[in-house]
Amino acid sequence: MAETLVPAGQEELEAQETHLRHHFATPEQQTDAATLGMWTFLITEVLFFGGMFTAYAIYRTMYPGAFASTSEFMDVRLGGANTAVLICSSLTMALAVRAAQLSRRKDLIRFLILTMIFGTVFLVIKGIEYHAKWVEYKVPGFRFTYEPSYYFHHAQILFSLYFYMTGMHAIHMVVGLGLLTYLVIQAWRGIFHARYFAPVEMIGLYWHFVDIVWIFLFPLLYLIGHKR
Amino acid sequence: MATIAPIHGTPELSERRVNYLNVEHGWKSWLFTTDHKRIAILYLISITLMFFVGGLMAVLFRINLLEPEGIFAPETYNRLFSAHGIIMVFFFLVPSIPATLANFLIPIMVGAKDLAFPRVNLLSWYIYVVGALLTLYAVIRGGVDTGWTFYAPYSSTYSNSYVLAAAFGVFTAGFSSILTGLNFIVTVHKMRAPGMTWSRLPLFVWSNYATGLIQVLGTPVLAITLLLLAFERIAHVGIFDPNIGGDPILFQHLFWFYSHPAVYIMILPGMGVISEIVSCFSHKRVFGYNFVAFSSMAIAVLSFVVWGHHMFITGESMYTSLAFSFLSFMVAVPSAIKVFNWTATMYKGSISFDTPMLYAFGFIGLFTIGGLTGLYLAALGTDVATHGTYFIVAHFHYVMVGGMVMAFVGGLHFWWPKMTGRMYPEAWAKFAALIIFLGFNLTFFPQFILGYLGMPRRYHAYPPEFQALNVLSSAGASILGVGYVIPMIYFLWSLKYGKRAGMNPYDARGLEWTIPSPPTTFNFDTTPVVTQEAYDYGELEEVVG
Repeated sequence: MAETLVPAGQEELEAQETHLRHHFATPEQQTDAATLGMWTFLITEVLFFGGMFTAYAIYRTMYPGAFASTSEFMDVRLGGANTAVLICSSLTMALAVRAAQLSRRKDLIRFLILTMIFGTVFLVIKGIEYHAKWVEYKVPGFRFTYEPSYYFHHAQILFSLYFYMTGMHAIHMVVGLGLLTYLVIQAWRGIFHARYFAPVEMIGLYWHFVDIVWIFLFPLLYLIGHKR
Repeated sequence: MATIAPIHGTPELSERRVNYLNVEHGWKSWLFTTDHKRIAILYLISITLMFFVGGLMAVLFRINLLEPEGIFAPETYNRLFSAHGIIMVFFFLVPSIPATLANFLIPIMVGAKDLAFPRVNLLSWYIYVVGALLTLYAVIRGGVDTGWTFYAPYSSTYSNSYVLAAAFGVFTAGFSSILTGLNFIVTVHKMRAPGMTWSRLPLFVWSNYATGLIQVLGTPVLAITLLLLAFERIAHVGIFDPNIGGDPILFQHLFWFYSHPAVYIMILPGMGVISEIVSCFSHKRVFGYNFVAFSSMAIAVLSFVVWGHHMFITGESMYTSLAFSFLSFMVAVPSAIKVFNWTATMYKGSISFDTPMLYAFGFIGLFTIGGLTGLYLAALGTDVATHGTYFIVAHFHYVMVGGMVMAFVGGLHFWWPKMTGRMYPEAWAKFAALIIFLGFNLTFFPQFILGYLGMPRRYHAYPPEFQALNVLSSAGASILGVGYVIPMIYFLWSLKYGKRAGMNPYDARGLEWTIPSPPTTFNFDTTPVVTQEAYDYGELEEVVG
């Protein structure tokens, strides 16, 4: 505990301004706890996705031919565009954190909304891709077809993994958009300033994590057998 | 820690003070509380209910096993033992000590007002309740017959039972476990009072910190595994069923990657409790504090590299099995360090035989048997012979029930005065401890012999020559059941009629004994400053009765 020699009234005001919860001694301790908590949570997320990456790695080793052949049905242009969109959203998210740190309320709201727009564009493109899979009978379990037919089962595993992984990623994006909406409302109310911006930073961490999952998903799912 | 200024006055005065139990009334004050102590009580009530539901299942299938050809239909038997396993593992053992005793004590032991994330803590209880209700729904609708392991492809394709509801229940409860672990990790890192250095932390905190690491690193893998299983069962496409090109062994790998570390979630907190109890009732500092603390961490780390020993007979490569076998033997080292250090703590101590200490004695003996038989199973040759027999059942019940449940009940006695402000009736408590110890051994020791003779687990019937031992085991189970009901009764009785407990009824050390029983909502009136190491029992100068 830092020895502070401030009058009691000022201390209370400061606690209010930094949204200090009763069980923390200082705002720094509160921010530290939030940061460690968020990183720990992200580790659990790594392991959550890790289960699917493990399955992917094993089946790709077992069925390399079938997996490579599926690239024909993966739209690299849309996937690539989505990668670019997400990288841009990470930039605007980082700028939003910066704006919060500098108490620039308008910039903060602007960058948060921009991030949300990028996130929505990503989901729309993802939806277009899902629709294409549906039209091409590439949704496992729903009239799934595949040529050559000897790859049928193994390609279906890849498409299952495709939907599990990108679907789980998309759910995380939706959650992220919800969190960003919350941030925009809070920012609108002027809650964040140079002394209190932990929620922006924490949700930013989450957003970057979801982005980086995609950075791994894109080459693993779209670029397996691409020779063009 | 003995140097905390006595700011709370005498124990007699503090009894009439406002405490966390009487500060607010009404169901809302409980269901919307963020006080870690109240949440611990909520958890205690919930897991006790689940314990008795799981116990009821055990009673029923032990009745079935009285007769060689079984009494119930085979399907009923399968559903009973599955429900027993799922409920006991995921809804009792995993949250048992962490969510109740540790939830109550960790903030106090590190000198904080609450856990780092009080609202997350409450959320974890709600998640637990939702998971428990889903699982109970599965049980009531007709049960699950996959065993607690949910092995694919049986669970994903063939089983004609409520696998989905149960799997979602376990999936959901997993997040409650993750959030508890996360909260502990952050609390231990960031919420320690001034002077509470890492090497002054009580060993109970260390062991729960190690547990937290496992919960955080292991549980998400179980979550995704069960989700993949559920998808496969719903849509009949997926990655585990060999008919569609999948690999069922992958399920086992993913499952045990969580579930082996999970068995250490189910023992490490118990070890922490025993360290506290042994030190207190030997009136002596824990022998080799650093070794005991780091053995918890070593167990946590090793727990992640031994899962393959569940799969020796699945056809995994011989060299893989060799490595897993070796690593499994390694776990014995930190476990033995703990056992030796507890005995060394007692050596030349001034031992008093209070109830918690009886449970600690029980723990050390039974855990040692459970641990040593674990080595039989870590050895490749003996594992092939005993795999899937009652030997395994006896082994893990010696660790889980003889270890963890003993520690849980012992810890509950030890901290009951702190949690409720009342003493339990000592004579009854000693009697119950004895009954539990006898009942436990009578239940599970015959199972070692049955397994050694080759009786397979999970069958509703068995050859007639095994009947004597099975009847013995069922008789033991009924004694054990009585042993668990007695504390239940006198704990409830003590809430109203128990002798009032002072601040420190056992003359124990640690921050939790420097505040009133029961504590106030914010635990400490002023933030404590710690100047001494844990277990500062000093020299054994006086005779302590």
